[in-house]
Amino acid sequence: MKLSPRRIREFLIEKLIFLSGLASIVFVALIFIFLLREGVSVLKTTSLGSFLGGKFWYPISNPAKLGILPLILGSLLVTAGAILIAVPLGIAAAFYIAEVAPKRWRTILKTCVEVLSAIPSVVLGFLGITVLVPFLKNILHLPTGLTAFSGSLMLAFMALPTIITISEDAINAVPREYKDGALALGATHWQTLYRVVIHGALPGIIAAAMLGIGRVFGETMAVMMVTGNAAVIPHTLFEPVRTLTATIAAEMGEAAKGTPHYFALFAVGIVLFIISFVINLTADILLHRGRKR
Amino acid sequence: MTNEGRRQKVGFGVLLLATFIVVIPVTAIVLLIVAKGWGALSWSFLFTMPREGMRAGGILPAIVGTVYLVFASIAFALPIGVMAAIYLSEYAKDNALTRTINLAIINLAGVSSVVFGLFGLSLFVIFLKFGVSIISGSLTLGIMTLPVIITTTREALRAVPRSYREVSFSLGASRWQTVRHAVLPHALSGILTGAILSIGRVAGETAPILFTVAAFYLPNLPTGLSDQAMALPYHLYIITTQIPGIPENYRYGTAFVLIGFVLIMNITATVIRSKARRKR
Repeated sequence: MKLSPRRIREFLIEKLIFLSGLASIVFVALIFIFLLREGVSVLKTTSLGSFLGGKFWYPISNPAKLGILPLILGSLLVTAGAILIAVPLGIAAAFYIAEVAPKRWRTILKTCVEVLSAIPSVVLGFLGITVLVPFLKNILHLPTGLTAFSGSLMLAFMALPTIITISEDAINAVPREYKDGALALGATHWQTLYRVVIHGALPGIIAAAMLGIGRVFGETMAVMMVTGNAAVIPHTLFEPVRTLTATIAAEMGEAAKGTPHYFALFAVGIVLFIISFVINLTADILLHRGRKR
Repeated sequence: MTNEGRRQKVGFGVLLLATFIVVIPVTAIVLLIVAKGWGALSWSFLFTMPREGMRAGGILPAIVGTVYLVFASIAFALPIGVMAAIYLSEYAKDNALTRTINLAIINLAGVSSVVFGLFGLSLFVIFLKFGVSIISGSLTLGIMTLPVIITTTREALRAVPRSYREVSFSLGASRWQTVRHAVLPHALSGILTGAILSIGRVAGETAPILFTVAAFYLPNLPTGLSDQAMALPYHLYIITTQIPGIPENYRYGTAFVLIGFVLIMNITATVIRSKARRKR
């Protein structure tokens, strides 16, 4: 068969398309490799155990203490607070939007959720500092409003669009026959929702909660601006904390290249990368299992 | 009323309440920024350089920097993203490779934005020696926004009826000819939606540009891709947290410009999408 110019062009274009298809894999691999490249050197100065379990993060003291336990606990505390608020609210709102709301309202409510997901996190952080933080300080009589609780409220808000849209998809994907069957047996609409629909939608709803957790755990700017940035082990929700993400964002600018501090910040990045990887993988498995049934 | 009827009323009432708790703050946020930011807007706020340690003057360099970043990152990510979507929708078989690609896309979408910043610093700024520059920042932002472009484009391609492809094949067209002439033209509005959504996303991100491009203050506008630049979200961050004594309406004005740009992009994308749906 003769190779016409058209065939050669097509061959090249299709190769290019294939390579672009592979791009996502390449980029994920590159992210991991280049985090490792800088981050693995932290093990020259601390052991893995004292890095992950060390109680003190004093990166610029001499010698530097590079334990990220306070940061991990800070992230966990803020995330737990946010999820406790956002998951019930988000699921309830998803049920309302998917099953109860009149059709015209549904569009308006969905638009609101989309607007929320579009607001840049730095704008929410700005409003957090100027409106939410002084407000919480006054009504709760705290020495400062820059606390884990402010961060949790902020992050709950940012996780809501993820939780609502994915739960709503899961609720809509429940086969009609389940609902019709329940209604035909004389169940009320409400009974159908919380006895039947919720079971069909459960894997999707759990995935929604997990992706919400992933979103919250990785969120940087808003949480850095409202949590007060104290890298100490927190005891309550109402004191300043410092998350893993905020530590990188706040300190990378000052960490000189090649210092243990610099390597440690990259190592924190590796920890974040692995956590988000595990969360997304689990959520994806749940979503697929939900779809297959 | 029966017991069950009362229960249903209470249940739906709780769901409605939860929805209000979500929706009311969103409306309040947008209204607050519009109300307080509107007063700060003026010709000189939008089109002059900052003065007096950014406590006066305008935000022109931040706007220009963000425009640079948006265009450069989309120019990089759009072709790759669209071609990746074409591969997944038109060429890929259901095998391990395709599953790995899908998994990679999901993970790329889930990586924390500050980790993208670290990655950009490590690969573009240091390893490839691009320095702290618009090119480093745009490539970082481009990779970050790739999942948005791929998933929206893939949806658009999959929505093109199968019969269009079959007709094209039956006329003897090759696979690429089919994609190019029978599929892509019908997916254009979906591709556009993805591009516009990612423009909004890129314009609002702060963490990925912290160490790759963003400058605290520059006396001149950037002249090329290898320059540092100021950017709207980073500017809002520093005038909120790093510099004392900034007038409040100056901050609200900056937030208004940023959120205005992002929301206009989102509304445009929504309009295009719903128009395309109606046509079908």
